[in-house]
Formats: sequence, structure tokens, C-alpha cells
Amino acid sequence: MTALRILIDSLAIGSLYALGAVGFTLMFGVCGILNLAHGATMVVAAMTAWMVAGRLGLGGVASLPAGLAAGVITALATYRLVVRPIQQSRALPEAEKEIFILTATLLWGILLREAVAYLFSDSPVSTPALIPGIVRLGRIRLPIDKLLDSFICWGAIAALWLLVNRTKMGQTLLGAAANPRAMTLLGHDLARVYRLTWILYGLLTGLAGVLLAGILGAGSAQSGQLTASAFTIVVLGGLGNVYGSLIAAYAVGTLETTTAYLLSPQIRSIPALLLLVLILYFRPQGLLGRR
Amino acid sequence: MACRSFLGSFALVSLLLVGGGSPLRAADPQTIKIGVIAEESALPGTGISKGAQIAADEINAAGGIAGRKIELVIYDDHSQAADAVRAFQRLVNEDKAVGVIGSYISEVALALQPWAQRTKTPYISTGAASNEISRIIHGDYAHNRFTFQGWLTSSALADSVCDAIKGLLMQKYAIKSAVIFSEDAAWTTPLDAEYANCLAGLGIGVAGHIRFAEDTADYSPLFSQAEDKKADLLVVGLSHTGIQPIVQWAQQQVPLPMVGILSQSTNGTFWKDTNGATDGIVSGMGFSADGVALTPETQPFVKEYTRRFGAPPPYSAFPAHDSIHALARAIAKAGTADPDKLADALEQTDFVGTVGRIQYYSADEQFTHALKYGPGLVQNPFMQWQKAHQVAVWPRAATGAEAAFPAFIHLAPR
Repeated sequence: MTALRILIDSLAIGSLYALGAVGFTLMFGVCGILNLAHGATMVVAAMTAWMVAGRLGLGGVASLPAGLAAGVITALATYRLVVRPIQQSRALPEAEKEIFILTATLLWGILLREAVAYLFSDSPVSTPALIPGIVRLGRIRLPIDKLLDSFICWGAIAALWLLVNRTKMGQTLLGAAANPRAMTLLGHDLARVYRLTWILYGLLTGLAGVLLAGILGAGSAQSGQLTASAFTIVVLGGLGNVYGSLIAAYAVGTLETTTAYLLSPQIRSIPALLLLVLILYFRPQGLLGRR
Repeated sequence: MACRSFLGSFALVSLLLVGGGSPLRAADPQTIKIGVIAEESALPGTGISKGAQIAADEINAAGGIAGRKIELVIYDDHSQAADAVRAFQRLVNEDKAVGVIGSYISEVALALQPWAQRTKTPYISTGAASNEISRIIHGDYAHNRFTFQGWLTSSALADSVCDAIKGLLMQKYAIKSAVIFSEDAAWTTPLDAEYANCLAGLGIGVAGHIRFAEDTADYSPLFSQAEDKKADLLVVGLSHTGIQPIVQWAQQQVPLPMVGILSQSTNGTFWKDTNGATDGIVSGMGFSADGVALTPETQPFVKEYTRRFGAPPPYSAFPAHDSIHALARAIAKAGTADPDKLADALEQTDFVGTVGRIQYYSADEQFTHALKYGPGLVQNPFMQWQKAHQVAVWPRAATGAEAAFPAFIHLAPR
């Protein structure tokens, strides 16, 4: 019984982690940016979805596009207001720009977190279920929404896979990730590619935020933890490797859930962090990363 | 350089938002200043400053204290002890506040307690329940006499929950065992201990005791653990966990009813916050519930708060309101801002507030300087969310309404 509960919860949590981490790793893979405002972006999307669904009373279905729009707007604001000015700055040495971007996204994340707490509340919020109710598997009750959210996560990840591997746009993204200089020489507008990546990132992260608010609830205080989770998963899987991130997301989800059920929910994140330390020690490039 | 100044402005704005904050009111030498410390990003925190403001306006409208108006100086402590201590020091040293009220977090109130003594400034906590606050005063009265606990202790809250279980549930349902289910915080340690004690007194066995971190996100394993205990009831202590335990309890249709102290469920917006998941939750501190009129002051305060701020007051607004009145009466009675005389006058507090007759336990009593609890004093009304309304369900004399639970709750009739 407990084993089945662990399996189901691991799949649900792992899917959510996977969706959250895929955007994070896409951003690093294509643009070379570790966006430390990642968790805050998810929270902004979650809060917007909650506002539309709960406060404005427009229901769970309307919350989805609102959350996605908030994710894209926040992502583009991060790019335009935080990242791009640093990238275009002539006052900064090229070698130092990465660390400046890292610091700036960290500060931007804090700013977003505090703005959300100030404008709304620092208490977590929850969006209404898209489909309320439960299904029974023997003696186990499974919320339909939890199941549906897992399918939505897989659908979004599959759509991303198709976009990257089966479209011209995807090939451009892959090209920019592999060799941006060559792409420029071939006549591609890199700024456009980066803008597109930020939009995709906003969609994925916004969706993850909305689904998170539906399953577990989301609030400004969680933004740091959400960034840390995505960071752990991406480093574990191999920086910039989407498949590695997917495997790592399910590994972390399973480890956390098993720990919560069999040991204690208080220490649920510790085994995953220990695994990260071991991976960094024995295989610093991550599970599927290359040196 | 442009980039550095850009980052600099980020840091500045961040510091302004994260940092200690600033007083919300300008200084006026003709007024008597009272400090208010509360978190302005959480509903119980805003309830404190808003409840206090209504009380200050009432006092000023009635002519103030000996012709001098009250001025509140409000600081946001972000529910952090360090910020609260900085705010307290600033209130005393720079703003010259004659007294301070605030914080519904026991850990923060405990951090302010020594500063009330060091600065000889009367401090009344507004919603913090830990027995530890009054135990420290009782244990060393001479060195802690400036702190007052303007709220019921955890032990009193637990006893009131047992009273409600007995009167509300045990008359109708066969309740044989319960799981104590509380967040890990200073106020729940004595709460859980007294739960175990008073449940045993009712003949209800404690099948399990589950405590969890306040930032727990996934409650599935905890509910699963509770169900495995085959209990009839979850007796809870939740204040800082947010909505997740309630939302997930409803989403997963956990068949155990939740009864206890769920302070956030006293917020007027809680139905919307949880998208209705709070349907059936029974909680104490339901002062805002429909029809609750513990004193002639209760309903006028609820109506005024709702009129001004658009939603009924959370529980913390009541002690904040009453604490400002207690301080104002003490200042008037002492006729001076001398802290020793003020503390003496506060000890003699006796008036009818919004939650009952306001008196503090004396130095000889176990819960020194805590709010007195019991019939004829302050009582703890229980409410239940039913169809988007906070309905008073216990004591029955309030409205006579019955408790009603969602279909997924399993309660065997007596």
C-alpha cells in the first residue's frame, strides 16, 4: 500500500520537478544563463493564476493562460531589464559578465519575491482544481487533478521535445546552444533566438508555477527553495542537458517522497542533497553532462 | 559603470524592501505614542496594525487621554525576531513610545520580552500563545514584569478545544481516538502537551502525535500516517503553515475531521484563499463568525473593521484592539508615562473588550500577565466554515448552529 502511494506521489512530484527544471536547463543550454530568479518567476505565475481564479472568480481554466502570460512577461522582463543590459555593457569585462548576471538575477529574484509578498501576501496560495474529485486505486485515493497535472507536465515536455527536434526553430535553438558564433556567421539573429528562448522559458516556468499552486500551493517564501530545487536537479542531471534533468527530476522526486513516507517529511530533501554531493564528488559533470 | 549603478540601484531597492522598514506615521510632540510591531505581508500581521488603528481612532474620537491624542508608530518586523527587536529599540529610543504592542508569533514575542525589561517599556503581545511567555514572567517576575501576554495561553487554547470536542462532537459521534497534528513551533509544544492531557480526560485515546515543519509543502505522507493510526479525529495546531494542509486535506479527501486551533482559518478571506477547501474545518478563535457576540464590543468592532478594510478581522485584530485600550486605560489611570506606574496600572486592567472581560493573571498565578481565561472572562468561540460563511458552532449559546462536515468525512454516530 505504502509502496504504491510512494510510486504515485513520486511520479506526480517528479513530473512537476521535471517541468520546472526543463526550462531552467534550456535557459542554461541555449543562453548560458543560470537564472536565479527562477523560483520567483514560478511564484509570480502561481500568484497571477490564483488572482484570476480565486480573487476574480474566473475559475481554474482561466488561471492557466493567465499564469502562462505572467510567466512569459516576467521572463521577458528579466531578460530586458536585468540580463541584456549586462550583456551589452561595455564597462564590464566579458569574463566577468556571467557572475554579474548571476548576481543580478539573484537580486531580481529577491525583488520579485518581496514585491509579491508586499502586493499580495507571503502566505502560500492555491489555485482551484481543474477537475475536482478523486479516483480510487484500491484503498488509495488519488486526486484527479494530481494525475491530470502529471499528464500536462508530460505533454508540455513532449511538446518541447517536438519543437526542438522536429522544427526549424528548434534546430536554430540547438545551433545557438552548440555554437553561437557560427550561428551569427550563418546570418542568424542571436538576439531573436535568445528572446525566443526566454519566451519558451517563461511558458514552461509559468506552467510549472500554475501546476505547483494547484497541487502543493505556492507563495513568495518558497521562491528560494524552488530555485534551489531546480538548481539541484539541473546540476545532478548535467548542466544544460535536458534528458539528464528529466532523469534527475524523477530521481529527486522519488528520493524525497520515499524519505517523507518511510523516514520523516522533515528531512525529505536531505538524501537528494547527499546524492548531489556524491555526484559532484565522483562525476562533477552530472549524470548525463559532458566534461 | 552604467551597469554597476544599475546593480547598485537593485541592491538599494532590495534593501529597502527587505530591510527593517520605517515608521508609517510622522512624529507629533502633542501625541502619546504607542508602538505597534507586526508583519504587514501576512493577514494576521495586518490584522494587528488595523485592529490597533481602530482602537486608537476610538480613543481619539472620545477625546484621547487627558486631551492628548494617541499616535501609533507602526513597524513591519517581517515576523523575524531580529527585525522586531530592532523595531522595539527604535520605538523606545527614537520614537519615544510609552508602550508597545504586537506580534502574533510566540518566538518573536519571546525575543522582545527581555527588551521590554531592559528598556522598562510595557509590551503586550497580541496573539502569541506560548506558555513560555507567561512562565518566564512567573519564574522571575522582578525581571520580566513589563511584558504582558495579551492572548490566551496555549494551555487555555487546548482546553477550549477539548471543551468544544466534548460539547460539539461527542454528543453526536463516537469519538474514541485522535491524532494530534501540529506544526513545529513554540506555541504548539505546550498546546500538544495539554491536548494529550485533556483528551485523556475526555476518554479519547491519542493514537498518534504528528509534528511537522512550518514550511512543509507536501502533506500526503503525513495524512497517510494519520490515517494508518485508525483514529476518528485530527486535533490540530496550525498557524504558520499557510493553506496547504487544508487544501491538500480536501483535495485528498482525508476522512478525518480537523478540529482545533487553525488561526489562519479565522481570516475572512480564507474561503477564497483555499477555494472552498476549508469547508467543514472547525477552529477556535472564531470571533468574526456570524452571530458571535461575546460582549457588546464584539460585533461593532467586526462591522467597523469590515467596513474599513473590506473583510472581517483575523483573530489577531481582536487582541491588538483590546491591548491598545488596555494601554490607554493604564496611561490614564497612572496619569504619567512612568513605566513602573504604567506596569502597575496594567496589572489592574479590568474592562470589557471585544473578546470578553480583559484581565491579566497576577504574579502569584501560574500564567502571570497572560489574559485570564474562563467563564465571565475571555472564552474561545469555535467556528466552522460552511458554504463560504464562518458559522459559530460552539458554545451553542452563540447561534445554535450545528457542525456539518463534507461527505468524505467518516464519523460514526454515537
